[in-house]
Amino acid sequence: MSPAWQNLRADFPILDQQVNGQPLVYLDNAATAQKPQCVIDALTQFYRRDNANVHRGIHALSMRATFAYEAARERAARFFNAAEPGEIVFTSGTTDSINLVASAWGDANLRAGDVILLTEMEHHSNLVPWQLLARRTGAQLRYLPVVAGDSGLLDLAQLDRVLKPDVKLFAFTHVSNTLGVINPAADLCAAARKVGAVSVVDAAQSAGHLPLDVRALGCDFLAASAHKMCGPTGIGVLYGRRELLAAMPPYRGGGSMISNVEYFESQWAPAPQKFEAGTPNIADAIAFGRALDYLDDLGREAIARHDEQLATLAYARLQAEVPGIRLLGPARHRSGVVSFDLKGVHAHDVVTMADQEGVALRGGHHCNQPLMRKLGLSSTSRASFYFYNTEAEIDRLVATLQKIQRFFAG
Amino acid sequence: MHDLTDLYQSVILDHNRRPRNYSVLPTANRVGSGNNPMCGDQITVYVRLEGDRIADLSFQGSGCAISQASASLMTVHLKGKTIAEAEAIYADVHRLVTTGQVDDDNLSDLAALAGVHQFPARIKCATLGWHAALNAAKGDPQPVTTEKPGD
Repeated sequence: MSPAWQNLRADFPILDQQVNGQPLVYLDNAATAQKPQCVIDALTQFYRRDNANVHRGIHALSMRATFAYEAARERAARFFNAAEPGEIVFTSGTTDSINLVASAWGDANLRAGDVILLTEMEHHSNLVPWQLLARRTGAQLRYLPVVAGDSGLLDLAQLDRVLKPDVKLFAFTHVSNTLGVINPAADLCAAARKVGAVSVVDAAQSAGHLPLDVRALGCDFLAASAHKMCGPTGIGVLYGRRELLAAMPPYRGGGSMISNVEYFESQWAPAPQKFEAGTPNIADAIAFGRALDYLDDLGREAIARHDEQLATLAYARLQAEVPGIRLLGPARHRSGVVSFDLKGVHAHDVVTMADQEGVALRGGHHCNQPLMRKLGLSSTSRASFYFYNTEAEIDRLVATLQKIQRFFAG
Repeated sequence: MHDLTDLYQSVILDHNRRPRNYSVLPTANRVGSGNNPMCGDQITVYVRLEGDRIADLSFQGSGCAISQASASLMTVHLKGKTIAEAEAIYADVHRLVTTGQVDDDNLSDLAALAGVHQFPARIKCATLGWHAALNAAKGDPQPVTTEKPGD
């Protein structure tokens, strides 16, 4: 690993601490990533110097806040390569973005008998909103299966069987939060377009990790969360193609999303304001913009290579050095998410014991209960890497799991 | 740093490896279940109630070492007890796993659960089986879930 990556750790003050008497090894990045000092500074600077409400403000602070908030939107549009900033709606995160599409697009466009296509590896946030939509409209849910075994790959041979002209919307995750699989998002979007279905990409696990270009993907909607991309919690984006956003009714009513209000009816502001009722999350949006600068300075190709190197090394070493471990997802060409089952030791026990060694993992069903059932597991432990993780931390992970295994074999 | 052997005492490891009364009880007249949606622990407790006495009980389930061992210990300790006695024992166990304090010298090997109090995220694992058993004995048909206020 290059020394440059090691040096980046200094940008993340939180990494420099002891947990339970050991240097922290933070391997829970799929849940949330840590924040560099520049993002923390952007937040505090806004509140110390520029804080005011946005839009229609005449005074200096309000103009500054509005300018910075809209600059963050432009920054996000550039990051995702949207055709224009108006295609970026600020939301509270991926879950909110998906719910927005399900409500505003789904209620207006789906009716009984239509099909919503999902995959078997979806996070609950890309599953439950569609179940609710199906219940409201009488639409049906259908699933593209995951192949049998532990590779976690989508069964693409089944795609033609499930993606028929009755499919009106195809929502899928770009990168699985449980399996570390990277799905062929551009191919899936193209296949959806061919049958006239709208595509929704859940980019929660890919946006800060892989190069991502909505026009190259050819997606209709894409959802992401800032906090998994070194930005703050409580802010995220929905990318939507301009024509789709323009034709959609509002998601929530309130201030800022109207052009004219009468006592009995109103006219909506154009997108994206139409979808941003109420005072938005101004400070977090601005700090998110700073996080995007940080990621682009590192280079997303480089981040993706580093993630994959660490994950592939971790996968190979765990396989070789921890007897009885069951690893999920592909051995190579994967994201930084490595889930595993340690034979005879429940994930909760693994995570508690690893925490005692200063190693932060996550254990549970990872908001992926149906997939867990399919794999015959109730829970797994998960180590998830980001660019500030090191090979030395993989040493600590391997040693910790070996220790846990010895303890339980006792 | 907490010593892991505080949490995973040999009694816990032993009950996890060889859970006692781990079966379906054919003579049961009450059944209670509990689940912890956070981690997928789930448990079913079978009780044969005679009057207000727990004449026999057993459990089955899957989950972490703490949840399984605590349920196993519970079956040993509640067998033959009246509901009131069982509630009193659980009150002591609850105090034990939340504070580490032992009130009652009669807790014997249940004292192995004392280490749980140093791991707040794990308290619900330790109490899951007890809730399921007491609900079953008291005839509350609601499954127990950890995602409810209170332990």
